[in-house]
Amino acid sequence: MNIQETYTSLGLSDFEYDRILELMGRPPNYLELSLFSVMWSEHCGYKNSRPLLRRFPNTGPRVLQGPGENAGVIEVGEGWALAFKMESHNHPSAVEPYEGAATGVGGIIRDVIAMGARPVALLNALRFGPLDDERNRYLFREVVRGIGGYGNAIGVPTVGGEVEFSPAYSGNPLVNAMCVGLIRADEVVRAKAEAGEGNLVVLFGAKTGRDGIHGATFASDELTEESEAKRSNVQVGDPFAGKMLIECSLRLLERNLLVALQDLGAAGIASSASEMAARGGVGIELDAEKVPLREEGMEAWEVVISESQERMLAVVEPEKADEVLKVCERYELDAAVVGRVTSHGELRVFDNGEPIGSVPAEALADAPVYEREVRRPAYLDGAHRFDPDALPEPDDYNEVLLRMLAHPNLCSRASVYEQYDSEVGSDTVVRPGADAAVLRIKGTKLGFAVTADVSGRHCYLDPRGGGAAAVAEAYRNLSCVGAEPVALTDCLNFGSPEKPDGYYGLSECVDGMAEACEVLGTPVVSGNVSLFNETERGAIYPTPAVGMVGVFEDVSRHATPGFKREGDMVVHLGDYRPTLAGSDYLEIVHGKVAGKPEQPRLPREKEYADLVKSLVAEGIVDTAHDVSGGGLAVALAEMSITGGIGMTFDRVEVEPMLSGRRGDQALFGECGGHFVVAVPEERWDALQEALGGVPYDQIGRTGGDRLDVPGLLDVAVDDLRAAHERDLFEQHAPEGGHLG
Amino acid sequence: MRIGVTVFPGSNCDRDALHAVERAGATPVELWHAEAELKAVDAVVVPGGFSYGDYLRPGAIARFAKVMGPLEEFAKGGGPVLGVCNGFQVLLEAHLLPGALLRNTGMRFVSRRVRTRIEKTDTPWTALYGEGETITLPVAHNEGNYYADEGTIRELEEEGRVVLRYLENPNGSANDIAGICNEARNVVGLMPHPERVSDPALGSEEGLRVFRSVLAAAGAKV
Repeated sequence: MNIQETYTSLGLSDFEYDRILELMGRPPNYLELSLFSVMWSEHCGYKNSRPLLRRFPNTGPRVLQGPGENAGVIEVGEGWALAFKMESHNHPSAVEPYEGAATGVGGIIRDVIAMGARPVALLNALRFGPLDDERNRYLFREVVRGIGGYGNAIGVPTVGGEVEFSPAYSGNPLVNAMCVGLIRADEVVRAKAEAGEGNLVVLFGAKTGRDGIHGATFASDELTEESEAKRSNVQVGDPFAGKMLIECSLRLLERNLLVALQDLGAAGIASSASEMAARGGVGIELDAEKVPLREEGMEAWEVVISESQERMLAVVEPEKADEVLKVCERYELDAAVVGRVTSHGELRVFDNGEPIGSVPAEALADAPVYEREVRRPAYLDGAHRFDPDALPEPDDYNEVLLRMLAHPNLCSRASVYEQYDSEVGSDTVVRPGADAAVLRIKGTKLGFAVTADVSGRHCYLDPRGGGAAAVAEAYRNLSCVGAEPVALTDCLNFGSPEKPDGYYGLSECVDGMAEACEVLGTPVVSGNVSLFNETERGAIYPTPAVGMVGVFEDVSRHATPGFKREGDMVVHLGDYRPTLAGSDYLEIVHGKVAGKPEQPRLPREKEYADLVKSLVAEGIVDTAHDVSGGGLAVALAEMSITGGIGMTFDRVEVEPMLSGRRGDQALFGECGGHFVVAVPEERWDALQEALGGVPYDQIGRTGGDRLDVPGLLDVAVDDLRAAHERDLFEQHAPEGGHLG
Repeated sequence: MRIGVTVFPGSNCDRDALHAVERAGATPVELWHAEAELKAVDAVVVPGGFSYGDYLRPGAIARFAKVMGPLEEFAKGGGPVLGVCNGFQVLLEAHLLPGALLRNTGMRFVSRRVRTRIEKTDTPWTALYGEGETITLPVAHNEGNYYADEGTIRELEEEGRVVLRYLENPNGSANDIAGICNEARNVVGLMPHPERVSDPALGSEEGLRVFRSVLAAAGAKV
């Protein structure tokens, strides 16, 4: 292989190779080239997304740590803080779904440990192709098993998530995992190799093998049939070692034995060491032969870029090294001093004393940045040409509602989340199935809520509006359970940035998210970018995933969606401007993904959501639900099903709800920015007083065993439940179908 | 009263069990797997988790841990021992209880709340419940399908050693068995997790009486 073939096979462009020559002042050897290849991949270097990510606000009164560290950190109160981050593992999961998903969970847990936090909650956001395809069913089943297989064993509850199915993800599933960790605000560890020269570098955890070599480069390429051949690029997880790693890391930190801590992810020791060195403005020397190995005959370059899982890298003062090794032994983890901090600013690798590579750490951490060409894709105009009146109007809305509730995109997620241990840790106050999960902080009245929200279809039809909508939906979900939304982490899942229409989606989406973050006051404190999500059939929908965290002063004051009592007054809050454009109804019932969804009205979103939050926090409301996919009818059905209590819509309220709209638009239209709450009659006055100028309607009352909207719907709650409680893993007939 | 909680490398409900023990009013004591001593505890809880990764068979390696020697002595001497979930599996592997836990019949991990019935209150871990009382407990396991040969099942039933029974069987267990005790009735194994419903902040305290029972039993003896 000549040199051009070599760097091309490592995913580097001619331009990038020239830049390496310039930075090094000489041709790099294979090890050095490998280091650049992984560190300058999109996964590590954000070379296509960095200018866009600068658009996100990332400061706020509660933000202790914004982007740039292993995870973002926010303050909760009473000295407590939360570290959190979301990360994608899409490409590995496409070829090896169980291990891809499992190691995605393991990896995000280590990011949180590296901040010094104890992982206390996991979430995931998933996308697959339709379940009528066997390969998609296999990917879905194995990804869910992998998430459970790792999360259940490691003892961190999986408390929430999001999953949908669309042909846009056939062959390129999305697997985004999020972890939240709890930490004392004054004990946040930063992954800097400070305290400089003379300190030692200790590797601890599992042994190093050949797994996952060039995994980061693989993750930054399009998926083709050849990807299957790259299965060996996928790492293998060991949750048992992962559990030991959590306990061992926390004990090392508790005993104040570490100067800095960094997890090993993409590009292994080399990447972690160079990041630590670059952040600390120092150099690091590594002795490859000191790394405990799992297999024989590994080359030094393989050792330093291997992505073997369950390992951490620490900087330790020399006099504490023995104590560190002893603690690792207690947890039956391998540990070794593998290097030292120096002042020369280079990442230098030795093999039995022989220098085999040396690169300025700054150069590795400083991937080139590309401002790509932006072009509005042609499909948008066609997609926006949509006339809802051209749709045949269904004559039986009962049947339509049942069909929607049974659709994989709207049915109960119980068959997924019941495979995850959601209660280990004894902190889960609101379990999966609500608008957001709620956890308490032991020994205090404090708590936090967390949600994952994704808006692929909306972003496909309107990337800017969809980006904003994902943030707004997360904000609403947290508000519904009664938490004050604080900050978010994101995963940006997109196609190739080298295609101008693809880059348009990314750029627009980021603008929409950034605007929503500004208006709602929820900065982005960490995140991850996954590009090149393309197969031979094209790119996925532009798909941002938002993981948002909110806090409670008093976690006992929270709400859930299920109706609680007979005779409660059911109240609609916010703007009601339903549209079928881009709705679930349009896709499920009419087989169309078209129209331009309503633009989120961000200031009003904030006003209404903040109101709902304060209604819950003040103890007026304990039943609240965000109206989202499937519109008002599906929201009311979910509240009835979860609570086991029916609801009757007030006859006189039906006409104003319709006000010239077709029944399907009124029942199933979507727009964001509205809620349903329920209160007992004795709190009705308090509610009205608290509402101020926010638009509201008392639309009906809870009670009985039917969901009854006079003239439009009348279905038994048991029938709603039977449709909704679908097992997503059972073999089933093709989805959807069309009217008629 | 001191209640010990064994901590194997992969235990993950140890902290929950310690928390429940504390809420019940006893002194929680961590028993590290690699130390062959029980630190003068009055009762022992073997908590859930994946003791040694469970790559071979749940609990199969844990039973050889150093802490198990004195624990087996303690159990044989009549000391109250409770195994929960993976802890139940460990007690089965150690032959302190009969039978085995197989893979759930649904072939997948099951995490949900299930209704169960307290069948026997003459064990140190169930004394404060009413016989026939219905309580809702969380389950979270992959291998919770209780199995024993016909003779053993018959013996368990005839001797009144089925302590807890599922009203909604989540895993295919024979005779809906959710928990059993040994002949001397001091060793109890439960598949559901009482420690997870031992705090009103989490919406239910229905499991706390498991830990209060052993306290009451000890009080009666003193």
